[in-house]
Amino acid sequence: MLLKTSGFELSGEKELKMSTIRTEALTHIYSTSTPFESVAINNINIEIDQGEFVGLIGHTGSGKSTFVQHLNGLLAPTSGKVCFDGRDVNSSKAFRHDIRFKVGLVFQYPEYQLFEENVYKDIAFGPRNMKLSTVETDERVREAAGFVGVPESIFDKSPFELSGGQKRRVAIAGVIAMRPKILILDEPTAGLDPEGCAAILNNICRYREATGATIILVSHSMEDVARIAERLVVFDRGTIAMDGTPADVFSRAEELRRIGLDIPAVTDIALHLRELGVDVPECCYCVEQLHDAILKLKGGAAPC
Amino acid sequence: MLKDVTLGQYFPGDTLIHRLDPRTKILFVTVYIIALFVAKTWVSYGSLLLILLISIAISKIPLASMLRGLKPLTIIIIFTAVINIFYNGEGRQLFSFWIFTATDAGLIKAGYMLLRITMLILSTFLVTYTTTPMALTDGLELLLNPLKKLKVPVHEFSMMMSIALRFIPTLIEEADKIMNAQKARGADFETGKLTDRAKALLPLLIPLFVSSFRRADELATAMEARCYHGGEGRTRMKKLRLAAADGIVMSFSVFLLAAIITLARFGL
Amino acid sequence: MEPFIRVKDLLFRYEGEEELPPALDGTTLDIHEGSFVAILGRNGSGKSTLAKHFNGILLPQSGSVTVCGMDTKDESKLLEIRRTVGMVFQNPDNQIVASVVEDDVAFAPENLGIPSDEIRRRVDEALKLVDMYEYRRHSPHLLSGGQKQRVAIAGVIAMKPRCIVLDEPTAMLDPQGRREVIDTVTRLCRENGITVILITHHMSEATGTDRVFVMEGGKVVCEGEPQNIFAGVECLKKLGLTVPDTTELIYRLNASGFELGYGALTVSDCAKEIAFALKNKRL
Repeated sequence: MLLKTSGFELSGEKELKMSTIRTEALTHIYSTSTPFESVAINNINIEIDQGEFVGLIGHTGSGKSTFVQHLNGLLAPTSGKVCFDGRDVNSSKAFRHDIRFKVGLVFQYPEYQLFEENVYKDIAFGPRNMKLSTVETDERVREAAGFVGVPESIFDKSPFELSGGQKRRVAIAGVIAMRPKILILDEPTAGLDPEGCAAILNNICRYREATGATIILVSHSMEDVARIAERLVVFDRGTIAMDGTPADVFSRAEELRRIGLDIPAVTDIALHLRELGVDVPECCYCVEQLHDAILKLKGGAAPC
Repeated sequence: MLKDVTLGQYFPGDTLIHRLDPRTKILFVTVYIIALFVAKTWVSYGSLLLILLISIAISKIPLASMLRGLKPLTIIIIFTAVINIFYNGEGRQLFSFWIFTATDAGLIKAGYMLLRITMLILSTFLVTYTTTPMALTDGLELLLNPLKKLKVPVHEFSMMMSIALRFIPTLIEEADKIMNAQKARGADFETGKLTDRAKALLPLLIPLFVSSFRRADELATAMEARCYHGGEGRTRMKKLRLAAADGIVMSFSVFLLAAIITLARFGL
Repeated sequence: MEPFIRVKDLLFRYEGEEELPPALDGTTLDIHEGSFVAILGRNGSGKSTLAKHFNGILLPQSGSVTVCGMDTKDESKLLEIRRTVGMVFQNPDNQIVASVVEDDVAFAPENLGIPSDEIRRRVDEALKLVDMYEYRRHSPHLLSGGQKQRVAIAGVIAMKPRCIVLDEPTAMLDPQGRREVIDTVTRLCRENGITVILITHHMSEATGTDRVFVMEGGKVVCEGEPQNIFAGVECLKKLGLTVPDTTELIYRLNASGFELGYGALTVSDCAKEIAFALKNKRL
């Protein structure tokens, strides 16, 4: 638990309360009673504690996007419920509106959703909807911009003049400015070059370290999330197929393949090595881990 | 909610109605609409409704899907009907408020109007649901071909229309996404005064506009890369050909129009 | 042998960017017919601008681009150049013109004034080549990203081009769609002899190519076979690119005293290389 440094508070609440989000038998069916009826998620039971860093993996259509849109009340469950700190998110209209500031959701390609005349105003959109004072809004805008590396020198620029990478940072800042306790990002690195990807993931980690916020990173790429998440949840056809540490999940390579997901290249190399009789651990998923494991073997085999 | 808009959506199928030449369908629906406006009584309305229902049945398109397409237009339909209640000065007065007076004749007229608009929309839906946009615009282009002599840009017009139809679902999906993203940042589209709600639309419309321009630009480049250079020298994979069924339907539409006009003459 | 595409001293600056360095600043490269080529580079390195020069969408402000001996600046050859070099773009949604898959694939041959029966044949053939024939009557907006992109590829193949340029075709796709697209173009190159120019920043997609060009600041800064290019791990990192994890692992092991070859780009080759090295040590 890394709550609160440098006078930073979450959603204006004074106490450092544990916030958990919990779903109970959450089910969502699209286009009920039409020929297009489809079950997007089915009987999801999960609990995510304050401060966790969760990677949500699954391929397109596995229900992960539908799932996260329930967490901030954008979608209402067909059956079952979502609770934030024990209270049903859909219990009242006011609470459902309020929850959106506590559970920040950054959609895919958020740069296509910018609209204000300048960067500052766009980041301030969320805080303004929270009816915060000008002073507090200003503080939050600057702070959020700082987290994602948007320099104040471009505050007066139109968001449409920025480069793709910068636009995305501004869009993420727009959600961070609401100081959400839970930050959900849907494919935040899609379409960026390697440098851009690394920078965005870095910013997210920094935000978490500074605020202790819960992070839920939605992705269909194992490699990206494996490096930074502490817990992986794998979705398959609307249900949770796996839930555990990256090491747990990647040691079930066969199962992942059956679901149609790629295992990280490093895990794959480790599996091949084991087949070739090289005794490396089967749950390697980072280059460093496998490097160290191989080095140990080398050292053991040829002591010098 | 935006997903309910089904305008221009094509329902694949291989029924008699799907196979008809788009020109026949355009012609028939034009005649049908004229007939709707000529029709005066329950008799003619009834027969026109029957024709519509039979056509829908043949096309195998679920009635529920057709009716769902009406949903976004409900307000317009009801509004037009309600206006008619008060618009008619004749008949027995039922009630009145301010400068409006409702009469029984007006009420009946409103009922007809409701039926007329609904049938009009459903009949055009039937055409767009059973015809691919490409065929539809091809048909239109051929029907309007004589206008080319008057220097009317018929090809450009029909190309524009087919692209517009192609992008409707894409843009609806996008509008939906943007709306959700703004809602996630606390935008409120549902409550508040009318002016507040109109203001809330701005965050939706601006990105939608910007992205439409971007899409248009990329599409133009892609079309150019695929050797598009206007209508000159273009050929078609699917040449439109009139079959026997088209002849029958076209003759039937002439008969239908004649019949409705005759009925109207006799006050039916 | 005269190269299929020759790009020489290309200079290009976008309108309204006079104060910025040009997007292309003296790009020179040759591409041979039938080869599978990757062009790598970070965002803004000029690779997309270069792509649009291969079929005359953009024209050189100085320098030249020659396709099969035709200069792209020769307006009378423009259609011929465009049917020779087809192009697939990043966003599949913004390049599909028609509302039915087969109508979209027919778009280019229709523009070329090809007789109806021949178009029908080409459309069916193209759809079968990309494995989308059974979806021919579907509406594109209901397909997955990978499927849409394959329809876009079919739309280009129906022109019977000798070369296909793909500008970051997988940037918006999930891993499965990415694999579908890469497998499809690899097959088109290897089995049908079509020259493929793949523009990407996913290093792993370049592993199966014949030749890699790396761009930076509007210039080609290095070119060679993928294994040789990836061996320059340091250099690639400086250019804001990453190497595939296989290469990264070999690189680190070598730094720790191994002597592994950089030729092993696939997972199984890499594992074999390492296992071999470890066993030799033991002997």
